[in-house]
Amino acid sequence: MKLAYNIALRFLKASKGQTFLIALGIAIGVSVQIFIGSLIQGLQIDLVDTTIGSQSQITITSQSEEKLIDDYQPLLEQVAESDSLLQHITPVAQGQALMSYDEENYSVLVRGLDFDTADGIYKLSDRLVDGDMATGDMEVMIGLDLSEEAGIAVGDDISFLTNVGQPQTAKVAGVFDLEVANLNKSWIISSIDTAQSLFSYDDRISSVEMQLSDVFAADVVAEQLQSVLGDELLVNNWKAENAALLSGLNGQSISSYMIQVFVMISVLLGIASVLAITVIQKSRQIGILKAMGIRDSAASLIFLFQGLLLGIAGAILGILLGVGLAFAFTKFAVDPDGAPIIALYINPAFIALSAVFAITVSTLASLIPARKSSKLNPIEVIRNG
Amino acid sequence: MANVIELKKVNKEYGTQIKTKVLFDIDLAVEAGSFNSIIGQSGSGKSTLLNIVGTLDQPTEGEVLINGKRTDKMNKNELASLRNETLGFIFQFHYLLPEFTALENVLMPYRIQYGKVPKETLERANELMDLVGLEKVKNNLASNMSGGQQQRTAIARALMNSPKIILADEPTGNLDSDTSETIYNLLRDINQKLGTTFVIITHDRRIAEKADRIIEIKDGRIGLDI
Repeated sequence: MKLAYNIALRFLKASKGQTFLIALGIAIGVSVQIFIGSLIQGLQIDLVDTTIGSQSQITITSQSEEKLIDDYQPLLEQVAESDSLLQHITPVAQGQALMSYDEENYSVLVRGLDFDTADGIYKLSDRLVDGDMATGDMEVMIGLDLSEEAGIAVGDDISFLTNVGQPQTAKVAGVFDLEVANLNKSWIISSIDTAQSLFSYDDRISSVEMQLSDVFAADVVAEQLQSVLGDELLVNNWKAENAALLSGLNGQSISSYMIQVFVMISVLLGIASVLAITVIQKSRQIGILKAMGIRDSAASLIFLFQGLLLGIAGAILGILLGVGLAFAFTKFAVDPDGAPIIALYINPAFIALSAVFAITVSTLASLIPARKSSKLNPIEVIRNG
Repeated sequence: MANVIELKKVNKEYGTQIKTKVLFDIDLAVEAGSFNSIIGQSGSGKSTLLNIVGTLDQPTEGEVLINGKRTDKMNKNELASLRNETLGFIFQFHYLLPEFTALENVLMPYRIQYGKVPKETLERANELMDLVGLEKVKNNLASNMSGGQQQRTAIARALMNSPKIILADEPTGNLDSDTSETIYNLLRDINQKLGTTFVIITHDRRIAEKADRIIEIKDGRIGLDI
């Protein structure tokens, strides 16, 4: 075993140029795989983050007639304990209202949030473009587009007509920009208390929103949650509501896998053919070793070890190249403001997987020459000089 | 003295469609500790005979016994062990591994059999290098040595596992006559000191005459056996 390894190492060292070329071939395959993989993963994470990163990923609503949840504190605790993936669990009291300002009416959605926990989802403190958070009683924040369209500024009073019937007045404390025009136009954000009094919810809320540390687990976690919480509550998740996005992501993943598989197949063929040639190059040596009594299995091992060593060298070189390429890409392919166009996602597990894959593939590729070596009859070499 | 090599009615044919018979009913016995030379014209079948004795080639018919054991009953791994432990080869074109140093080449048969090289074995390999007069170049790569040096390395390698039998196919075929002389004297010395059995193919009559026994192969048959 050790002898076969030593011979393999010596063979590789003896023809350094050739060894370097094969290792480079594997390395380029690995680096393309890592680069494309990181790029696609980065793209997907970016896409998922911009589309669902700032929204509720699992939402619990009531099935009752009023669609309201009573006594929600125990529910929040129950949800928090149910799965460790869940984060930013926040109660929401919301309702449709007609907002009027300067004799114009606007249909809006008033969302009463618990700012401490909701900030994890909506990052409101970062997205406030003017004024302050609407923490006070009967204070609200409006979206940037609504503020521009209606000419409402911080400090103005606006009035709401809700299901309660009587118009109520609230003060605009701040202006937010959620970077989605639709939301900036229709959302009005307040504290839970303000929303509850606007809609006369008393101490009830309309939903519980939350996010997950692994967004793609949303469907599984939601299902679990549903079974824990029972029929009175309805658990929705973003996956069920974003089928188009999901199929887009899937398509991307599949095309990325396809590229990776074909890159690896071409690497496999390359290594196999070069190693097949090295058996012919080294047939004299194998013949001598066999005449000296090396077993066929050990003679095969020499080539398996060569494949393994080349795979390891190629994988290491490929990781360096791939990560270097990815780094260069984020450094040089940038927006005018210096931010990378696509933030690559360097996933150590994925890189390790590519490396293991490359090593396995090159070892597999060396099976062909290993078989040849095992079958080589020393007399062929001795007789033909 | 017991026979270490015994050939019984050995025939050898090459080719599947057009058959060429190379050896005809060879009966041969070689005593332990003897120094034998095989002579004959090229194409007479002497190399084939030696390769059959060395288990590198198989006879079409007949039996080969090494140390009294039939080689045709052995599997590939047993044959490999037999070659490793009992037989030492010296070929015409020295056949060293060019990727390894002279000393590593000499140690190779030991490593094939036992793996790790203990200190005593390393010492023995060094002694063998001294014996063939290569102490100064033993750490050179095989490809960086002269023909004579390579041939002497091959001899040291053949001796490494203290085989009972050394088979040599024109070991001095491509060396000048002075070097040939040195190498034959060396082989003879080893034969006398260690009692190793030698079977050597040569076409150099001068050298053949120094052997205990001369076997002449003519057209695949034993022509002369002195």
